[in-house]
Amino acid sequence: MTDSKLHKLILGDTQANRVVPPTGFTAQLTLFVAGAMGFLAVFALALSMASGRLADRWASELARAATLRINAPAEQRVAQTEAALEILRQTPGVATARALSGEEQAALLAPWFGSSLPAGSLPLPQLIEVTADDPGYDPAGLRLRLQAEVPGAVLDDHTRWREPLVDAARSLRRLAWVSILLIGGATAAMITLAANAALAANAQVIEVLRLVGALDSYIAQAFIRRFTLRALTGAAAGVVLGMIGVWLMPEASDEGGFLTGLGFQGWGWLVPLLIPPLGALVAFAATTRAATKRLGELS
Amino acid sequence: MIELENVGYNYGGGELLDAVSVQLAPGSFHFLTGPSGAGKTTLLKLCYGALTPTSGRVRAFNMDVHGLDRDQMAYLRRRVGVVHQDCRFLDHLPVIENIALPLLVSGRELGHEEANLHELLNWVGLSERAHALPPELSGGERQRAALARSVILSPDVIIADEPTGNVDWEMSQRLLQLLVELNRMGKTILVATHDLSLIRAAKNQVQARVLRISNRQLQLAGADL
Ligand SMILES: Nc1ncnc2c1ncn2[C@@H]1O[C@H](COP(=O)(O)OP(=O)(O)OP(=O)(O)O)[C@@H](O)[C@H]1O
Ligand SMILES: [Mg+2]
Repeated sequence: MTDSKLHKLILGDTQANRVVPPTGFTAQLTLFVAGAMGFLAVFALALSMASGRLADRWASELARAATLRINAPAEQRVAQTEAALEILRQTPGVATARALSGEEQAALLAPWFGSSLPAGSLPLPQLIEVTADDPGYDPAGLRLRLQAEVPGAVLDDHTRWREPLVDAARSLRRLAWVSILLIGGATAAMITLAANAALAANAQVIEVLRLVGALDSYIAQAFIRRFTLRALTGAAAGVVLGMIGVWLMPEASDEGGFLTGLGFQGWGWLVPLLIPPLGALVAFAATTRAATKRLGELS
Repeated sequence: MIELENVGYNYGGGELLDAVSVQLAPGSFHFLTGPSGAGKTTLLKLCYGALTPTSGRVRAFNMDVHGLDRDQMAYLRRRVGVVHQDCRFLDHLPVIENIALPLLVSGRELGHEEANLHELLNWVGLSERAHALPPELSGGERQRAALARSVILSPDVIIADEPTGNVDWEMSQRLLQLLVELNRMGKTILVATHDLSLIRAAKNQVQARVLRISNRQLQLAGADL
């Protein structure tokens, strides 16, 4: 498409536009549907970005932290702890390894048993906090070595409960993407229906235009321009409202957990601005297809 | 310019036209006459490609009309000005824009043609009604507007279907005058009419040939008119 054609398509050859009579009601319906779709697309996008962030965070944070638990009779506990710490220090990929103090262990238990628990009097296993380096250590190799040298040690690298969470966040993101695709498809379907209705309603006009020598592309352009602009304006309004909605949501906080993280961050706020042009593109393609098909069917 | 070769046509019922052959030479003036329902409009439509013959061949500007795609057909329509029997306007646009429609759809700069357009409106006596909508016009005004629209692109061939069907004698004389002037400018003219006095009046001014449809055939009418 040449520059001048593109220019005409966007800014419009006002005279050419008048050739097809204006249609108030369908125009408003198209605007409304495009707006609703834009609004929904913003939320789907926010959901996909938030769940993506969550999946990444869980995957990386939890992968870094692991716990080594030493279950040993009281008299061997100190020796085994020392041995385990020594092994950990020698393992490549381990950034830090630190035995928790009695108070720290008591604090971990406090939510369950209350703070009055006499920690010292219970046969608690010793916990060692392990932080992985980047790249991390090999948990299977570490387990083998610990098994041989520190029989009471159990390495818990959180895979067991990390994986379902990360999986859940990832499928949430997939669902959000499927929603975005469905919104695009529904927009295309709606525009196709509306364009076909407009083409049918203007059959007489199209016939007269053909009689005076108009090319199909000229006739199609009048319709394409209309629907593309309607989709663009409708979606833009919907996106603005949707973004205000997302912006009004509470800040991300630990207490709120996942729900309050549902929003855009930093450059992420620019991503929804792509929705109106994409909507316009969908409308452009749908109307072009509908018009080409319909005009081709005429004798 | 336009050439029919053994053309036959039927709308699905019986044969309406059979083995019709005619040539419209450049600069010629033809009348087409015959009783109502004989197939005058049908024959004109075959000439400008709105209908495809069921047998035989139609050639326009040395191209087989049957082989044209939709874009080529559009270009053909720009070279053949047509006054339709039922006029055919865009009812939501004023007369002046309807007359300028061929300019608009063929991408001409309307600014350059402004003077032309007004002269043409004057010529068909519609200056006063330029901003009226087509449904607000009288039958004769519509026909004059249709004639103006058919010539705005300065086509090589002008085909008019009953252009004087709704106008009084004086106005039909004026319309005829327009067609005669166009013919003198070298345009090829084909006019369907059943107004024999119009044909007689024309014969005084131009060398017009009269074609008559009868019994599904096209005959050259003699001097008995
Ligand atoms: N689209 C069509 N489908 C079927 N039959 C048609 C169609 N158009 C015209 N006819 C028939 O073909 C015959 C010729 O029609 P046409 O319009 O060519 O006549 P005409 O000579 O122009 O008549 P008039 O002088 O009344 O304008 C008529 O009997 C008409 O009913
Ligand atoms: Mg007729």
